[in-house]
Amino acid sequence: MDRIRRIAFALVAFALVAGGLASAETVKITYWQYFYQTKVDLMDSLIAQFQEKNPDIEVEQVTFPYESYNQKVAASIPAGEGPDVINLFGGWLPMYVKASYLQELPKASFPASYFKSTYYPFVADAVQFGGKYYSAPTAVRTLALIWNKKLFAEAGLDPNTPPKTLEELASFAKKLSKYDAQGNLIQAGLAMQPNGQGHSYIREVLFRQFGTAPYDATGRKVTYNNAAGVAALQWYMDRIQKDKVGYPNFTTDDVTAFKGQKAAMNIDGSFRIATLNGVKDLEWGAAELPSYKGIKSNFASFWTHGIVAGVSGKKLEASVKFLQFITSPDAMEQMLAKVGELPANPKIGEKHKDDPYVSVFLKGLPYAHATAYVDEAGQRTFFVDMIDEINLKGSKSADVLKATAAKEQTLIDDFWK
Amino acid sequence: MTLAKKRAMTAYAFLLIPLVFFIAVRFGPMLYMMGRSLTDWSLLRKTNLFLGIANFAAVFSDPAFTAAMVNTLRYALVGAPVVIALSLAIALLLNGITRGKGLYRLIYVLPYITPIVAVSWVWRWIFQTPPLGLANGILGALGLPAQEFLNSPNSALYSILGVNIWVELGYCVTIFLAGIQTVPTDCLEAARIDGASERKVLSRIILPLLVPITFFLAIMQGIQFLRIFTPVYNMSSQAMGGPLNSTKSAALYIYQTAFTKFEMGKAAAASIILFALIMAVTLIQVRFFDKKTNY
Amino acid sequence: MTRDRTLARTGSYVVLTLLAVAMVFPFFWMVLTSLKDATEIFQLRLFPTDPSLDNYAHILLGKGARFPIWFVNSMIVAIATTSSVLFFDSLIGYTLAKFTFPGKKLIFLLIISTLMIPTEMLVIPWYALSRAMKWGNTYWGIMFPGMISAFGVFLMRQFMSTLPDDLIDAARIDGRSEFSIFLFVALPLVTPALATLAIFNFVGNWNAFLWPLIVASKPKMFTIPVGLANFSGEAGSDWHLIMTGATVAMVPLVIVFLLFQKQIIRGIAMTGLKG
Repeated sequence: MDRIRRIAFALVAFALVAGGLASAETVKITYWQYFYQTKVDLMDSLIAQFQEKNPDIEVEQVTFPYESYNQKVAASIPAGEGPDVINLFGGWLPMYVKASYLQELPKASFPASYFKSTYYPFVADAVQFGGKYYSAPTAVRTLALIWNKKLFAEAGLDPNTPPKTLEELASFAKKLSKYDAQGNLIQAGLAMQPNGQGHSYIREVLFRQFGTAPYDATGRKVTYNNAAGVAALQWYMDRIQKDKVGYPNFTTDDVTAFKGQKAAMNIDGSFRIATLNGVKDLEWGAAELPSYKGIKSNFASFWTHGIVAGVSGKKLEASVKFLQFITSPDAMEQMLAKVGELPANPKIGEKHKDDPYVSVFLKGLPYAHATAYVDEAGQRTFFVDMIDEINLKGSKSADVLKATAAKEQTLIDDFWK
Repeated sequence: MTLAKKRAMTAYAFLLIPLVFFIAVRFGPMLYMMGRSLTDWSLLRKTNLFLGIANFAAVFSDPAFTAAMVNTLRYALVGAPVVIALSLAIALLLNGITRGKGLYRLIYVLPYITPIVAVSWVWRWIFQTPPLGLANGILGALGLPAQEFLNSPNSALYSILGVNIWVELGYCVTIFLAGIQTVPTDCLEAARIDGASERKVLSRIILPLLVPITFFLAIMQGIQFLRIFTPVYNMSSQAMGGPLNSTKSAALYIYQTAFTKFEMGKAAAASIILFALIMAVTLIQVRFFDKKTNY
Repeated sequence: MTRDRTLARTGSYVVLTLLAVAMVFPFFWMVLTSLKDATEIFQLRLFPTDPSLDNYAHILLGKGARFPIWFVNSMIVAIATTSSVLFFDSLIGYTLAKFTFPGKKLIFLLIISTLMIPTEMLVIPWYALSRAMKWGNTYWGIMFPGMISAFGVFLMRQFMSTLPDDLIDAARIDGRSEFSIFLFVALPLVTPALATLAIFNFVGNWNAFLWPLIVASKPKMFTIPVGLANFSGEAGSDWHLIMTGATVAMVPLVIVFLLFQKQIIRGIAMTGLKG
């Protein structure tokens, strides 16, 4: 009896120890995102919170420079050197899915109803491909007009009244521009940076305001090569060429110019809120994008998180848990507070409708459009070159727009072939 | 085993690892790439379809490649002669002075020693348009019109070229100076005593003796400029070789094709074309200088 | 005649001094910019009104500062490759200069001919190789292409061939092994050449850009030049920090340069005269 008891005791002890060992065996997963200081800091803190709740999971954050991010993804995932959970631009999703970088999110944890009830409609649409859901975002972003209050006052403008229409935007920009004795621009009234947010602004805002959608409903046909498209492009070019209120790469780029108080106005994304709030002596305001003939439009985009193809077993379980955590309402609140990115869940956004910055970006969401890119970098380059071609080589807007539309159509056709 | 045989075995043993290295890291990769340039090699898919010369055709019909090749030739055909002529002039000036020769030479070599990435960014900062750039600040203070430097397709290539010349100058000066010092002094003295003017001494004695060094530098600098990559990558906006591909070099084109588009087969084809260009330019120079030296 | 000479000499000094200013001034401007703050860089003023080392503290000691890691990476890569090059290149040079064996000329030509293959051409297959071997983001991955230098072989062979054969034969009669003759008899006699090769290799590897850019994708594996190239990001260009980083990247080289200027100048001259 005593012996049996001893054996039983040993067995129980063994089971306890073994169990303890098993639970102490941590699962390690890797999370990738591009390097943007405020986002990296936020994710470090989210990971710490997550690991406290899940001591058996260890998350490593790896970051890459923005410019080479996509390349590293493309090089690493097929080679099996990729992460488990990955941050990607919403516009890259078709490309990622087509290249089999991502796996469908487990339906048990992420049912279709979840996306429909949690996210803005355009987000719920954009995270699925071919009827399957591949990713879940924490935040969305829109554009707004941001302005420097001090420079407004200097130019004799009311520092609290931003332009409301494109006409006003153009005339304000002229008043806010400064030149030296030789006529060189030394303060941009409005920053013009196509390789920043400028190409999206033309694509989804100006084109639509002047009366043409950039693409058809399927996103597979370029539809901006018409009189309205030319007029929109010409409006943008006139600011650079006729009014000379700004030009590409002025003081390196638009963000540098605005941070350095060398650009009085810029069109920028909500993710910049925290960055700009951190700039010493900068008093800035944000307003809804100026309308044109009563038409409002905005460009919405988002960064989203997916689970990489081939992740399975315990790592998949851990990845799902992590994904649920970083897309939770609490994470959205933290993202808003520390980065400025808008919550992807309208109910959480609703709570911040009184914040002077956040509310402005939120207002743009209902009438915002997301671009269904097939090759974001390639399509961006087309627009950057389009502006350069007109500005630096003196080509006609109509000719260049036509050529750009043709190039972009070929690129899209090649993708869907 | 005889002693000679034993020594030969020792030699082979010493050379074993190096030979493996040169075969595995130089010749092997080169042959491998030549082979793969005929396939649809991509890092994104597991394919290995034989395409024949399709990659070469694709490269040649790509306007970005044509632009890159023209730019590359421009870098080399302007850059190499300018840097050689300038450095020869400086070396002759330096040779004519007695005090501070070493200090000047030291200062000229400084840019050659420092990381080209760092100096590229320094120059990009200097080349900014008003109100930021120092160069335009100086021009403005002198009452001269502002220049666009890196912002215009007309001047961006030459701005980058200027930086590369600035980097290579000290290297060439040092070599020329060493060459001039090998000219026998009694020969020079004899000529001067015979009443030859300084100009004659220069053109009849010094310059002819510098021909082999000039030849060496022409080849080395020609190759150097044909391979230009780092300053273009670091001085153009978003490393694109712009504006409008006006600064894109063949090496940058290869890098972008291989590592941002992952079209490895096409990139391999482009790099073989660059290699052929480098060989051709070298051979032409060999021919040219052969004629010159055999007068 | 003498007046002409003095005039010409003064002219030379003026031209040479102006050139020297053009060579140094960019560095001067870089250092001055690194002492300014984010606001002051937008005012085109030569000297900082309130010079401070804050930028250095920020990039070297700030939270999440990555410059120290890049600095260490560059050191590791430059020192390890240089050590390898010194050992192998002198061994090959010695063997090719002091041994007779069939195929010697062919091997020498083979090694020298690799000088004609440009790096731009090799990075593609190297990348494929390092993917296959999983060398991406490792020190070995960054270093392997530079472990032996063909140029160094050429240089060391020249120097080794100037060593008297008697010395080596005497050591052989003493019964020393061939390897110890190389290591303890031949090598100490070519230390000046070794110093030149070491400096050139260190500088070359410290400055190397294209290959490290390709093979190191994780910021913690970046070398200084790759880190610097990625410094300007989506949040605008912080020129005061970029210039600070550039200064930090240059400091070790300027020190090496000032310490070994004689060897460097001689090394450059040697590449020209013996090519």
